[in-house]
Amino acid sequence: MGNRTPLYDAHLAADAKIVDFGGWDMPIHYGSQIKEHNLVREDAGMFDVSHMTVVDVTGPQARDYLRYLIANDVDKLTVDGKALYSGMLNEQGGVIDDLIVYRMDPGYRVVVNCATREKDLAWMGKVAEKFDMTLTEQPQLAMIAVQGPNAIAKTMTVLNPAQQAVAKGLAVFQGLPCGEWFIGRTGYTGEDGFEIMLPAGEAVAVWDALRAAGIEPAGLGARDTLRLEAGMNLYGNDMDETISPWEAGMGWTIALNPAERDFIGRKALEAQKAAGVARKFVGLVLETRGVMRGHQAVSLDGVNADGEITSGTFSPTLQLSIAMARVPANVGDTVYVDMRGKYVAARVVKMPFVRNGQKVYQ
Amino acid sequence: MSNIPANLQYVASHEWIRNEGDGTVTVGITEFAQDQLGDVVFVELPEVGATVSAGDSVAVVESVKAASDIYAPVSGEIVAINEALVDAPEGVNADPFGAAWFFKIKLSNAAELDGLLSADAYAAECE
Repeated sequence: MGNRTPLYDAHLAADAKIVDFGGWDMPIHYGSQIKEHNLVREDAGMFDVSHMTVVDVTGPQARDYLRYLIANDVDKLTVDGKALYSGMLNEQGGVIDDLIVYRMDPGYRVVVNCATREKDLAWMGKVAEKFDMTLTEQPQLAMIAVQGPNAIAKTMTVLNPAQQAVAKGLAVFQGLPCGEWFIGRTGYTGEDGFEIMLPAGEAVAVWDALRAAGIEPAGLGARDTLRLEAGMNLYGNDMDETISPWEAGMGWTIALNPAERDFIGRKALEAQKAAGVARKFVGLVLETRGVMRGHQAVSLDGVNADGEITSGTFSPTLQLSIAMARVPANVGDTVYVDMRGKYVAARVVKMPFVRNGQKVYQ
Repeated sequence: MSNIPANLQYVASHEWIRNEGDGTVTVGITEFAQDQLGDVVFVELPEVGATVSAGDSVAVVESVKAASDIYAPVSGEIVAINEALVDAPEGVNADPFGAAWFFKIKLSNAAELDGLLSADAYAAECE
């Protein structure tokens, strides 16, 4: 038996198919992954993401610590509530994990992946030794992500007036506390919505209230196809400790300015950039039948395998297969994917594939 | 345990076989197989007229999760395919033992039917 979130029994009651996910017993779907995917694109769906790891960073040097710990710069968070996506890198510039930081008063709230929890906490703790600050994990928090074009309106109906006031004031990619709750206008689907952190003891009542408000549960299967359509990386698939953010489509999260800010991995990233980054992270679209899958080989000339699919799936929104791939930097408009022993042409596109329910690549 | 009709025969690779009594059999995939696959998004069928041997990979099912080969459970000639599955692959999830049959084989060796699994034997395979 794996770890269970406070919503485990609620998942069983909703006929969830449970699978192991990073040591947690989580719902992969509640009947049909595609229906749940479409629900999020067209209306609203909700995910139990209580397995995610929440760590608060407080103390006099919380800011200095985060500016050294991660590749993006928390000084971009000019007001409380603003959030930032970043990689946490090792000295070689490899990605230990990707995370979100929200600026809070006091300090910051960091959300990291569940499968990497132990190594993340160990690394964060080791780096923290040099700073006057405190790391506080918040394992008592459950987290529910409500996503979709109707997610905000439907969620508002179950919030109390104080929570509504906080929720209403949030711009996209902002999050603020409200009592023991924390409401973020963030997500992993390419749709608008909230990620709500709340005390575990309240999770079932809120989940039930959200269902009563017309929001159906969606599983990790739909979460994966939604994030792929949205062009969002999955740690462990699309990047890991051996992969530089330059080669994982995360260049936009590397804040090299100001030049005087030192952060872990900076020297390696600068050296890579100066030498020329050999590989590029691209989106692929298969305009013929079939489904691209992670680990399939990719070839620029249809003869030699020189790249790899990192994530691939069938896109329910686009009704064709899409993928993320790492390929030589001189890639053109077409690559060839080794699908079951046969090279099949796929088109190279700029991600994301889908935003707010619509196809966006050219 | 998922539904396993007693009037069909099975193979361990999760195809079902219905003896039509006229020298042909109809083949599909089981409820258990579609449940394991999840939402089916593409089906690739064999050519009518193709000669197949028991155990040959003759069709492909792609779900959101994975691609799976479908095997000929007996030897013979493909005499019909269910083209409706090409346009409506989700039928495999909805009605695997009925409308979503895959293909029909004209048996070249009827004795092969004796080697197939009964419903009970297949149920044991799924455990």
